[in-house]
Amino acid sequence: MALDQSFVGRSYPPTTPYEVGREKIREFAEAIGDANPAYTDREAAEALGHPDVIAPPTFVFAITFRAARQVTEDPELGLDYSRVVHGDQKFAYTRPVRAGDRLTVSSTIESVRSMAGNDILDVRGEVHDESGEHVVTAHTKLVARGPEAEEAGA
Amino acid sequence: MAAKIAYADVEIGAELPACTFPVDRERLVRYAGASGDFNPIHWNERFAKEVGLPDVIAHGMFTMAEAIRVVTDWTGDPAAVVEYGVRFTRPVVVPDDDKGAAIEVTGKVAAKLDDEARTVRVDLTVMSAGQKVLGMSRAVVKLA
Repeated sequence: MALDQSFVGRSYPPTTPYEVGREKIREFAEAIGDANPAYTDREAAEALGHPDVIAPPTFVFAITFRAARQVTEDPELGLDYSRVVHGDQKFAYTRPVRAGDRLTVSSTIESVRSMAGNDILDVRGEVHDESGEHVVTAHTKLVARGPEAEEAGA
Repeated sequence: MAAKIAYADVEIGAELPACTFPVDRERLVRYAGASGDFNPIHWNERFAKEVGLPDVIAHGMFTMAEAIRVVTDWTGDPAAVVEYGVRFTRPVVVPDDDKGAAIEVTGKVAAKLDDEARTVRVDLTVMSAGQKVLGMSRAVVKLA
């Protein structure tokens, strides 16, 4: 069931732009119960030096994870997504995501490994804005559990 | 960046104000909608148990989102977080009762990384029901 090593380094074309809306940021901030005004009040965000309201640090995952489906649903890779759990997640920010951003994600398979019956896939998602400036890089580790390695995950 | 904490005022080992974040089924449903992650293990008890979980579990990304609040509340400006990573080690089990579960987060300054860039590394400890639920939970933070 081991995945094909030749997929390491494979890149997928940038996604169509995702437009970040103020109300979507508000909805996300409310869902995590975070009342930081930088997420909902433009003046408060401006007072911190931002041109508009910004999104909480993990908001961008909704966009990068959707983009990672290019990888996880690649029929050539042959990942059994029903066995996949989220192993690690890391973000490296150049700047925060903010309302009005039109973001594209370019996904690359960083590594493919088999360990203890599990397939482990590292996917890097580079997020850029409309002007081509880098916003954030998302590093996502996905673990496809082998039938023998039943383990509850996220 | 407009962090309200000055790099010069921070010492290694300094503790950030701890926080406890509640999580119940309603919150998980709201997070599912806001994040677009509708995996039924996060809201459907029957499905969760069928796949071998003790009960509905919180999204790992929800727990990750709560944990960093200890840092963003400390700095004031969430943009002070320049890097943030976690390992999902154990699920946060969320029972269908009046209380739900709690995510307890503590953080401390583990290292001063760069005097010029004024960056520090904050290590977070994230617990639920007496067990560590996130591992290697670390943020690099740019201070004033």
